[in-house]
Amino acid sequence: MNEANGTAATTTATRLGEVIEGSTTEFRTHCYDLYAAPPLGSLVRCGDRNSIYGIVCNVSTQSIDPSRHAIPRGRDAENEDEIYQDNPQLNRLLYTQFQAVIVGYNDGETTRRYLPPFPPRIHSFVYQCESEEVRAFSESLDFLPVLLSAPIDAQDDVIASFLRIAGACHDDGREFLVNAGKALATLMAGQLPRLNNVLRRMSS
Amino acid sequence: MSLFDDKADMVDQPKNEQGLNDGNGWHAEKGLGGEERRPLGMVVSGSLTEGMEVRLDGNTSIEKVKVGTFINIQGRDLQFFGVLTDVSLNSTDPSLRLTPPDVSNPFVFDVVSGTTAYGTITVEPMLTLSNDPIEAMDGPMPSKTIPPHFSKVSTASEDDIQKIFGSEDDSHFYIGNPLDMETKLCLNIEEFIKRSNGVFGKSGTGKTFLTRLLLIGILQNGTASNLVFDMHGEYGWKGTSEGSYEVKGLKQLFSSKVAVFSLDDESSRRRGLTPDYVVRIGYDEIEPEDILILQESLGLSPVAADAANSLKRELGKHWLSKFLDLPGGDEFNELATKINVHNGALSALKNRLSRLQNFDFIDRNTGHNSFNQILQYLDRGMHVVLEFGRYGNNLAAYMLVANLLTRRIYDRYVELKELAMGDPAQEPRPLVITIEEAHKFLSPALADQTIFGNIARELRKYNVTLLIVDQRPSGIDDEVMSQLGTKIACLLDNDKDTDAVLTGVSGSRKLRAVLARLESKQQALVFGHSVPMPVVIKTRDYGTPESYKELGFKDEVEVAGQVEQDIEDLFGPGS
Repeated sequence: MNEANGTAATTTATRLGEVIEGSTTEFRTHCYDLYAAPPLGSLVRCGDRNSIYGIVCNVSTQSIDPSRHAIPRGRDAENEDEIYQDNPQLNRLLYTQFQAVIVGYNDGETTRRYLPPFPPRIHSFVYQCESEEVRAFSESLDFLPVLLSAPIDAQDDVIASFLRIAGACHDDGREFLVNAGKALATLMAGQLPRLNNVLRRMSS
Repeated sequence: MSLFDDKADMVDQPKNEQGLNDGNGWHAEKGLGGEERRPLGMVVSGSLTEGMEVRLDGNTSIEKVKVGTFINIQGRDLQFFGVLTDVSLNSTDPSLRLTPPDVSNPFVFDVVSGTTAYGTITVEPMLTLSNDPIEAMDGPMPSKTIPPHFSKVSTASEDDIQKIFGSEDDSHFYIGNPLDMETKLCLNIEEFIKRSNGVFGKSGTGKTFLTRLLLIGILQNGTASNLVFDMHGEYGWKGTSEGSYEVKGLKQLFSSKVAVFSLDDESSRRRGLTPDYVVRIGYDEIEPEDILILQESLGLSPVAADAANSLKRELGKHWLSKFLDLPGGDEFNELATKINVHNGALSALKNRLSRLQNFDFIDRNTGHNSFNQILQYLDRGMHVVLEFGRYGNNLAAYMLVANLLTRRIYDRYVELKELAMGDPAQEPRPLVITIEEAHKFLSPALADQTIFGNIARELRKYNVTLLIVDQRPSGIDDEVMSQLGTKIACLLDNDKDTDAVLTGVSGSRKLRAVLARLESKQQALVFGHSVPMPVVIKTRDYGTPESYKELGFKDEVEVAGQVEQDIEDLFGPGS
């Protein structure tokens, strides 16, 4: 089996930002660039050594100063881009951050698909995983119980989004999705309506 | 390696530590024989009394598993063998029935099948065989325990069938194939002839074919002789199949070992057959007991039937001819008074018994030797088929002759067996008597009084057993049914008949489902002494040239070739 190798940090993976808040179950990343967060459900990795894997479960953009809310600026603008061109300071006043639920880690040898012993360090670099890394990580679906028990909002959408992204990274995406669906069906026994929703989102 | 292969254990099969699942899903295991075990699923619950509940793998189509299939369950130390007795659909979520998933989406359908919605089968464990090669030498034992959770369940392989039922040899006769398999399933013919046995099934389900095969099995084994009371001329020279083509009878296949006796030589000649002997019976050979068995077919009252005994006492050996010759009037009344029977009853008896005069095979001669002829043939190791010709449709004739001959055989065998106690060389050759319409002989009212009841119950000790062929087993006395060694049941759909056949069999409630769902032709459930466990078979082919050849039949060309070869072997080439 091809194991996801945590030392893959040396690859050309896109660096997205740094961890600004971390706990055993999730971490928050401040993106270097405005609106540069990965899509919901993406697999991200933080830390150059002993990397920790997370799945993006929430993305937000807000003002750097909590006391100064954004106000409308485009009454006379032709389009939205014009607002940013006319107000270059916006890129400094606003920032994008995303939250990732932790689903595994690499201890330098093996990828483990459960919670790490320590949370990520603040200022750890956060990378977006490439297709090959996503495929390797999703070779095993052992992380699904962690994802299902994580205290996050819109959990079903996160699961469906991740599986859809991972499916696209596998040679036989449909087979991957069917197996993942079967694993979910086992884990979500007794929650048929919820399972139905997830499956519909996975297949669409 | 694909995701599915790698993670099958995680996806739809719980891991277990016994290494029963190799992590790549179940792989078909090849037995020593040609036919492989086909994986079905794993044990998830069950009990010895209720059978094992087996959850089917997601890959196993529930439509491919059939009731009656022979199943192997691989335990940790033991292998279990059983019969599939039930198939059902289950779900992990009770709300599935109320709000079914959106199965119009093929993806959702694929995911839900085998996970949330899955199939289960019930397997009745019957036998165990140790995985330890030394302990396994003791052979299969009745199952006294059950396999643990998650034991791997598969269909049995050819090798399993041979381990359990033995392979074809002198004492094992190939009777048919297990369901959906080409493997030969054998009956232990030596065990078979030790006890009385029964072949049951509705009309047209293949009883006669099965019986013919069993007779051939007994004949080929050579330990016992057959005496067949062949009601409809199906066994001797030729029979007809349901497709109304003709099949060879025993005489055609094994002419040197089979003698055809006939009650109706005209009928035999019309069919182009010269019987070995034409049976004639004298009035003096008929006993009151023979009249008793005819009570129903002649429409006699119990009093009238009993009067036959008094008549015998009063009139002596030739009671029947004397009684039938008796004119009416004073002499008749006098006799009635003497034996203390009402005039009317005696008169009715006479009327009814006079019907026997219509049977050409009964006459007033006293020197008939038919019985001794039959016995001589049997003693020589021949097999006798008694054809009834036109009397085949006359139940009274059939019952009279069968009872009369069997009673005398009984007396003779008891005598011989007693002699054998002093001189083992006198041991009589075991005899299997085949009777059709057995419920007429063995009804609860008659079984105590007729010779067939006796044989079924105890004549095993005297080397005589019965092969009962019947379509109405519920009409047979319970005690007789319970004494039958091996029962072979074709399709029966009457509840009473099914109950009667399954009386005294462990797991009978579950076998009912199997029995009621047999196909109407060429399928039978076999259980009892000559098979280690109940099993459904597809009866072996009979009627094609290949099937005759398999049974050892040689056509004229082959026989001529064999003769030439023998001459050459004896006298050298060119002689």
